[in-house]
Amino acid sequence: MNHPDDFALDGNAVAGPLSEIFGVDVTSIRVTCEDCGATAPLARVAAYVRGPGSVLRCRSCTSVIGRFARSRDSIWLDLRGSTSWQLRATS
Amino acid sequence: MSGSLRRGALRWLRARLEASRTETTSARTLRLTVPGWSGHEAGQHVDVKLTAEDGYSAQRSYSIASAADGDGLELTVQAVDRGEVSPYLVEVMQPGDELELRGPIGGWFTWSAKLSGPILLVGGGSGIVPLMAMLRQRIRAGSASPFHLVYSARSPDHVFYQDELQDIGRRSRGVTIDKIFTRSGSLGDERSPGRLRAEDLPAASGEISPATGPTASDAAGRTRVYVCGPTAFVERATQLLIERGHPADVIRTERFGPTGG
Repeated sequence: MNHPDDFALDGNAVAGPLSEIFGVDVTSIRVTCEDCGATAPLARVAAYVRGPGSVLRCRSCTSVIGRFARSRDSIWLDLRGSTSWQLRATS
Repeated sequence: MSGSLRRGALRWLRARLEASRTETTSARTLRLTVPGWSGHEAGQHVDVKLTAEDGYSAQRSYSIASAADGDGLELTVQAVDRGEVSPYLVEVMQPGDELELRGPIGGWFTWSAKLSGPILLVGGGSGIVPLMAMLRQRIRAGSASPFHLVYSARSPDHVFYQDELQDIGRRSRGVTIDKIFTRSGSLGDERSPGRLRAEDLPAASGEISPATGPTASDAAGRTRVYVCGPTAFVERATQLLIERGHPADVIRTERFGPTGG
């Protein structure tokens, strides 16, 4: 159980906190990796949630595609590493 | 996915414990009433927040175990050793006590009766919880979709929903339930205990598995697969499913890990 990826959850694990920012279900958002170009729903990307913030990584190439953290009075979102986040419009 | 792409941020809601059931020596199902609850789809989860008198608070995510049912929902929680939240939920919380929760969360790892094709559910340990919600929703909705549950648990003593699963397996047409044990089984089991193997999983349609016969299939010939469990279980199950001919794009997964319980 020492392989680091035993700590990797998936985008479902950050859906609650991220919905504070997006206001919609985030697990179906299609995220494209800047490094390898792979696109996947957020539910499929790797999520590391044990640190002070959370890190999202592409499952195809393992590059970081997003980070977010919460402090007492703000939420920090850094999406460097992803070229787009595609949400389905509802109306 | 109605309800999953709702506008507006999730709000924290007060939830009151109505009743509870013991599932195993370290797991309990909590029946909560949540005024203002919007309903949910099978497979979704909630974030639970506990706040101490000094203001310190801790949050965890738990899958919903019940089918949609008004302003009530059930969570099944496994106590994690030295956890901050789960031991309280499993051992301490009393009927009438309240907690905060928000949800439902997640529109990807969900099943509804609108999906008519065959379903394979693969759960490891407490990964059974959202899969149980799907099974219960199938029965509640009167769906005829073929369901096959493969449930991996340490031993028969670690099985959640024991009686209900037995009942469903006996009475519900189109539902197959297979339990596999990783540490110790029951007397007379044909399968020796051990972690999930390829032959524990039905092959994708077209092939015939000796245990289950041909797998039912939809018009596209594809069974949708949901896998939930600890990360290592999900990785292994996914790899074995692909070996058994299930295309990667029909497999939906949800992982949980040692996040402090």
